Amino acid sequence: MTISDILFYLFAGLAVLSAAVVLFSRNILYSAFALVVTFLAVAAIYVLAGAEFVAITQIMIYVGGIVVLLIFGVMLTNKISGKALVTEAHNKFWAVVVCGGLFTLLLYGIFRINFALLSGSGGTTAGTNNVQQLGIGLMSDYILPFEVAAILLLIALIGAATIAGYKNENQ
Amino acid sequence: MTIENYFILSAILFCIGMAVVITRKNAIVVLMGVELILNAANVNFVAISRLDNVQIEGQFFSLFVIVVAAAEAAVALAIILKVYKYYNTTNLNEINQLKG
Repeated sequence: MTISDILFYLFAGLAVLSAAVVLFSRNILYSAFALVVTFLAVAAIYVLAGAEFVAITQIMIYVGGIVVLLIFGVMLTNKISGKALVTEAHNKFWAVVVCGGLFTLLLYGIFRINFALLSGSGGTTAGTNNVQQLGIGLMSDYILPFEVAAILLLIALIGAATIAGYKNENQ
Repeated sequence: MTIENYFILSAILFCIGMAVVITRKNAIVVLMGVELILNAANVNFVAISRLDNVQIEGQFFSLFVIVVAAAEAAVALAIILKVYKYYNTTNLNEINQLKG
């Protein structure tokens, strides 16, 4: 058992535990902060898998952007009055049935895959320069998805501002 | 670390996110569950890209998933703000009219 195995189990356990806090916490803000821990742990998993640039992007966009946006949403849609922002749960029985069944199915499928047939040894990617590969790829093979993503972000920006902004009724 | 472990971690995260989407009543917490599900998908993509060190297609795909997730979160929160302005609640059980 090498050091990277121990780190993988550590961060995977951290991700699952904090995701469970998101699931079981009654307080919305505690859920949001547990989500930060989940995203950071998943970023660490990306680093262990040799995807450093994706890990940095995950930290910058999810932790720095999306969670802040979610917390803004919590603040703007609740009366802040000193008492805790709690939310109830419903459909517990069906959640256990659906998610338990799906998880069993996924585990069954994962253990049935013959990973030896897949190419590569599954070794570490130490020594390779991922960022350079990603940059060249984004500007050559993946230029069309890259531009489409840029347009999608522009549309989402304008759409979000239009939907959430105030409208002048006189016009 | 074998690739099965990444897949199992991804399956666990996916099921937890699904449970959040099913059980929670607050729309913002449901959005958190959707983000968890997208993260689980990304773990799978990154794990697959480990098999092939030359063509890191999985990492490109996970980058685009992150971009779409950011756009989705922004638009969804704008819609939630609008719904809150109209109904004065974000409880999904009480939002039951179509024409506003």
